[in-house]
Amino acid sequence: MFVLKSGIPPLDTTLLFVQTLNGVQLGLLLFLVASGLTLVFGILDFVNLAHGSLYMLGAFICASLTFLVGNFLLAVLIALPITGVLGYLIERFVARPLYARDHLDHVLGTFGLILVLDTSVHLIWGPAGIAVPLPAWLEGQVGLFGDVVVPSFRLLIIAAGLAAAAGLFWLVNYTRLGMLIRAGASNRTMVSALGIDIQSLFALVFALGAMLAGLAGMLIAPITEASIGMGNNIIITAFVVIIVGGIGSMKGAFFAALLIGLIDTLGRAFLDDFFKLFMSSDAAENSAPALSAMLIYILMAVVLSVRPQGLFPPKVR
Amino acid sequence: MIGFSRSARINIGVMAILAILPVFFWWTGQTFYLSLATRLVILAIAAVSLNLILGYGGLISFGHAAYIGIGAYAVGIPAHHALYGGMDFIASNNGFFQIALAVVAAAVFALITGAICLRTKGVYFIMITMAFAQMVYYFFVSIEEYGGDDGLVIDTRSEFPLVNLDQPIVLFLVSYVVLVLAMWLVNAIVNSRFGMVLQSAKGNNDRTVTLGYNTYLYRLTAYVISGAMCGLAGALLGNFATFISPEMMDWSRSGELMFMVILGGTATALGPVLGAAVFVVVAQFLSELTIYWHLPFGLMLIAVVLFARGGLSGILRGKGS
Amino acid sequence: MTTLLSVKGLKKSFGGVTATDDVDLDVIKGELHAIIGPNGAGKTTLISQLSGAVKPDAGVIMLNGANITHKPAHTRARLGITRSFQITSLVMDMSVLDNVALAVQATDGHSFKFLKPARKIGHIRDKALAMLAEVGLAERAEDPTRNLSHGEHRQMELAIALASEAELMLLDEPMAGLGPEESATMVAYLKSLKGKRTILLIEHDMDAVFALADRISVLVYGKVIATGLPDDIRSNDAVRHAYLGEE
Repeated sequence: MFVLKSGIPPLDTTLLFVQTLNGVQLGLLLFLVASGLTLVFGILDFVNLAHGSLYMLGAFICASLTFLVGNFLLAVLIALPITGVLGYLIERFVARPLYARDHLDHVLGTFGLILVLDTSVHLIWGPAGIAVPLPAWLEGQVGLFGDVVVPSFRLLIIAAGLAAAAGLFWLVNYTRLGMLIRAGASNRTMVSALGIDIQSLFALVFALGAMLAGLAGMLIAPITEASIGMGNNIIITAFVVIIVGGIGSMKGAFFAALLIGLIDTLGRAFLDDFFKLFMSSDAAENSAPALSAMLIYILMAVVLSVRPQGLFPPKVR
Repeated sequence: MIGFSRSARINIGVMAILAILPVFFWWTGQTFYLSLATRLVILAIAAVSLNLILGYGGLISFGHAAYIGIGAYAVGIPAHHALYGGMDFIASNNGFFQIALAVVAAAVFALITGAICLRTKGVYFIMITMAFAQMVYYFFVSIEEYGGDDGLVIDTRSEFPLVNLDQPIVLFLVSYVVLVLAMWLVNAIVNSRFGMVLQSAKGNNDRTVTLGYNTYLYRLTAYVISGAMCGLAGALLGNFATFISPEMMDWSRSGELMFMVILGGTATALGPVLGAAVFVVVAQFLSELTIYWHLPFGLMLIAVVLFARGGLSGILRGKGS
Repeated sequence: MTTLLSVKGLKKSFGGVTATDDVDLDVIKGELHAIIGPNGAGKTTLISQLSGAVKPDAGVIMLNGANITHKPAHTRARLGITRSFQITSLVMDMSVLDNVALAVQATDGHSFKFLKPARKIGHIRDKALAMLAEVGLAERAEDPTRNLSHGEHRQMELAIALASEAELMLLDEPMAGLGPEESATMVAYLKSLKGKRTILLIEHDMDAVFALADRISVLVYGKVIATGLPDDIRSNDAVRHAYLGEE
């Protein structure tokens, strides 16, 4: 145990609770992005750097629709199939010709795609970010217990994230499509030998991944606004998630996303206080930001040194 | 030129043009083009270093821009402290010290991250190199003393006896000499016994291990050499731009470096230089035409990946793509 | 008679499927020891465990009296074990000579030598050329490996195994995919090696096995059911049962 220096206030439990909730929220958004990545990689063996661009497109399309139809939730419902179609188009014209190539060609081709999509968004929506207004009933705050108050929209994000995760879990484990997805991941030739149209299955999986990433973008847009390049930041964190979780594993993506969401949020919020327990105030304030920025990468490095295949490696392909 | 093969003649020709043209720009006072050429040459050094592990080692590193950043900060941070005080043990404008710091810091970072990355294969390797580069990015973003997001102005260029980097033509010539040395070194390495093992591990790792080579150590060594060389390029870039910001090591910068190597042709001596040249010139040309230049540029990238495998040097040498 | 390789209680299973089940095996210095068995008997898995490519679940592997069970593959190669692969495993982008020279180079100290051109090191090149000549490929030395036929690739595998100067050569179906003429050539090469090297040979071609082997072990469902001289194996009831289903 560390000896508490005098004059350090005890940990604020309300703040801890709120930050934990924020961590869960970030984790669930990360899961929505990472699940599509891991699905596409697990089944198609395809590395899609442009997956983050779908997150960005989801946010922009939802923003425009919110102004058009006047209701954020309705806009989300319309934007989802649109991002799905965009995902399908990307699969058809960029990804599909690259399946037979190596990973190097995948990353280069989709890197080019990022430039194209980012600039297209710039052309259509302009350089500035777009704020997305929420309906009045989502703007407020909800008192949970004691003096703990959280924005109701954040609770909606958490609920939507959990619902999407549950839906995905049900889809993969209890439906015919899910059976094909699991079979396709472990034995591609077998699935096509059984007469399943593997081409359509791939396209469907890609579109599904696009919708999940798009949904994450739509959910975050009212908080951060839709902006160019927003996808390029989250994609790396999503990579860290699937590396830690085990590439191709849905369960791994879920737990790793929550873990990384929590570590990142709590690290940024409390690391300096934690450091102050055993170093001077100045030293803590200087070193904490640098370390908390690197925390999730250090976690990744540690996990990889112990388990190079991630925490939940998928079954042998 | 009797006695030289076709590819050697092309190499000498291109390198000669790359030396003479900028001197001509300088002579005629076209400083803009001279500075474009300097940037080209510095990026070419980084691309040559990446080619060692990507082209000859088959290691798809998507985090090479981190070494450029480390190298540039190794110039900027000592210069910053030399001017504003603090951190006396690194405060210095001495060029030899800054270059040594750049190379050593880049090598150490390559050693630590490489030791972890190289335990993994394939797509893991791509993503992890990317993630570690992003870690460096966020590290420098979070340090306010060095400007955080906004970056750090390098007030004083590296100081060397007799060589004044404040003169654009001197900076160009120094960079050019470093490029030629880097090309020579990579060429020597890949043709040496070490290089044979490295290339064999790329072609067939199991076989190479079975012969008795610890391919992990060979790859790690190549990874460190490549990182150190790229750190040197970063130190030059810092002197060229007199400014360094985390944005210079954003992962899209790493993607651009990779694209230069692929565009020029992997595992060739001249490929990375050609790739860097085309990249810098086309980017300059397009960005003068439109602010939306990334759109045609991205389309070009996709087209190269889909249709022009083997890169420019493949086309130059008349090999089918 | 000294034992070069001694295997005791070697076990390996992949997700419930047992590939090697308590295998005991002794290979005597200088002999050509063949391992036969029906498809799926675990022959290649056995070789992979001996070469270090696959880690056993249990058991001990001794080479020259030293325990090498936990040594990585590259260390075992340095200690004198080389293997050829069932599926041709060469560096296709390199020339034939470069492939063999790499094997020679591996016997010539470490290769952390960065500046001297490898292709100009006379004694390595000469020895690699000699190995190629020995397997009849001297004229193809400068050709890219991918341009050679399957039969020539098998010969290259052999040249590499020879060049490595390994005491123990693990050969995984060197005759696989060869026509009758090429097979006969390969048998002749192997015969010429007998006595000079210790060889553990996996082979489906029974004529070749019985023509070459000093001793034979029979592997069925991961278990060694018999070891002995070729004539004993031919008349062994358990072997006949395993192969022919005779009662």
